[in-house]
Amino acid sequence: MHLDDLYRQVIMDHYQHPRNQGELDGGIKVDLKNPSCGDEISLRLKVEDGIVRDVRFQGSGCSISMASASMMTEAVKGQPVDKVLELNKAFRAMMKGEDVDPDELGDLEALHGVSKFPARIKCATLAWQALEKGVQEPRQ
Amino acid sequence: MNVLEVRKDFPILQQQINGHPLVYLDSAASSQKPRQVIEALKHYYETNHSNVHRGVHTLGSRATEAYELAREKVARFINAPSAEQVIFTRGTTESLNMVAYGYARAFLKEGDEIVLTPAEHHANLVPWQQAAKATGATLKYVPLQPDGTVSLDDVKQAISSKTKLVAMAHVSNVLGTINPVKEIAAMAHQVGAVMVVDGAQSVPHMPVDVQDLDCDFLAFSGHKMLGPTGVGVLYGKRKWLDIMEPTYFGGEMIDVVELYDSTWKDTPWKFEGGTPIIAGAIGLAAAVDYLSDIGMEEIRQHDHRLTAYALEQLKSVEGVTVYGPEDSRQRCGLVTFNLLSIHAHDVSTVLDSEGIAIRAGHHCAQPLMRILKVPSTARASFYLYNTEADVDALVASVRTAKEFFQHALG
Repeated sequence: MHLDDLYRQVIMDHYQHPRNQGELDGGIKVDLKNPSCGDEISLRLKVEDGIVRDVRFQGSGCSISMASASMMTEAVKGQPVDKVLELNKAFRAMMKGEDVDPDELGDLEALHGVSKFPARIKCATLAWQALEKGVQEPRQ
Repeated sequence: MNVLEVRKDFPILQQQINGHPLVYLDSAASSQKPRQVIEALKHYYETNHSNVHRGVHTLGSRATEAYELAREKVARFINAPSAEQVIFTRGTTESLNMVAYGYARAFLKEGDEIVLTPAEHHANLVPWQQAAKATGATLKYVPLQPDGTVSLDDVKQAISSKTKLVAMAHVSNVLGTINPVKEIAAMAHQVGAVMVVDGAQSVPHMPVDVQDLDCDFLAFSGHKMLGPTGVGVLYGKRKWLDIMEPTYFGGEMIDVVELYDSTWKDTPWKFEGGTPIIAGAIGLAAAVDYLSDIGMEEIRQHDHRLTAYALEQLKSVEGVTVYGPEDSRQRCGLVTFNLLSIHAHDVSTVLDSEGIAIRAGHHCAQPLMRILKVPSTARASFYLYNTEADVDALVASVRTAKEFFQHALG
């Protein structure tokens, strides 16, 4: 177990410079909390014609949860909902330590090391839980 | 007390975690267990186990005897006037809920007030919220001083003729502050209110004498004081326990059952419906024996020395913020801190990679986290098996975490 496997440079970069942070006018809003640790995320999604047109997040939490949220927004922005759900499935599988095609995950693969830190998996999946809830809500 | 000898009694401490010797600094969440407690459980299950208070066979008598002896030992440990004032529960949470249901909900009414502090553990806060909602009583919070201590003047301000119940932790699980519950109990009694003390963090670490405190109820957990999980205690003054109705019903707690009504056993058995926590109580008694052999005053001094040392050492690390009172004499057994603006989970992961176990999070005290204006904190807590070397390892690892994140974050 090496710390560098967990805290990869790309993760720390997202933590320090979160992408797609902020509010959106309208759209779907999902607020999620991890009651056991206090991490919070507020996700905003604009889904039109089955495509995630825009996505923003705000929140507070550890580096893993905030970086994962930022990386998730980059990965899903502009993608069809079906593809987003597939990506969600692949990401969750990676967290469980299952073999996943690295090409499918792209940059998200940097979070691979989290699977070796069982106590931190819930940090990395918080944003994805919010996303899953959001895209499955009845269309606006 | 010879700490190195004590450590030999704790098999779990003799292991490596992530390639480093385990440094266990999370006893405020749950303490480790000495061989003597593990052996007592094993001995009970291997030789004496049966159900209690029923049947006439030999094992039944042995189990009943051991269970009731455990009650006597716990009663002596907290200087309760009688063993019948000790109720075995699942832990502090259940003990406090028992008072909230059996006392507060039964006897409080609209316009009455419950006085507490915003630093309470959720277990000593949510039951009162719910009792207030059910009865129409209101919650009144004593504000905290900037260092997290409770001032007696503020308590005096908060308590009035409307006060019917005062609930407070003896020792805060986040800040480690020792609250003057004896003085507060006297104030509560002046207006005819009952004093409920959450002793989860005090009973394991210092001599606690319920007659000296003159509290009406004291709740604590076995697993934080070397005992097994799943057992705790509610102590209560006889006059209250006798008028309180049981909070749950069934076998074991009844006297006579008719088709449409029933009567209860006496205190404390009326509160222990169903097969009680027999092995848990016996394990807790073994823990009480272990603690008593060393002496609670000795343990208090040991924990205090480590707390003072940790406070001093952590403060020497630039970028560390320590919460709670500066004066270590106002603290018991733990130090809560943050490192720069690094989230406590990230700090804890670095520490864990070096074999050091601390707690990171909101410590079941969300209102207090809002007052401290932090989403989470890191907490190192000490017990009789910890050494100054453990503190040194903690501080060295905090420095490592600082360097690691300063480097990782550029």
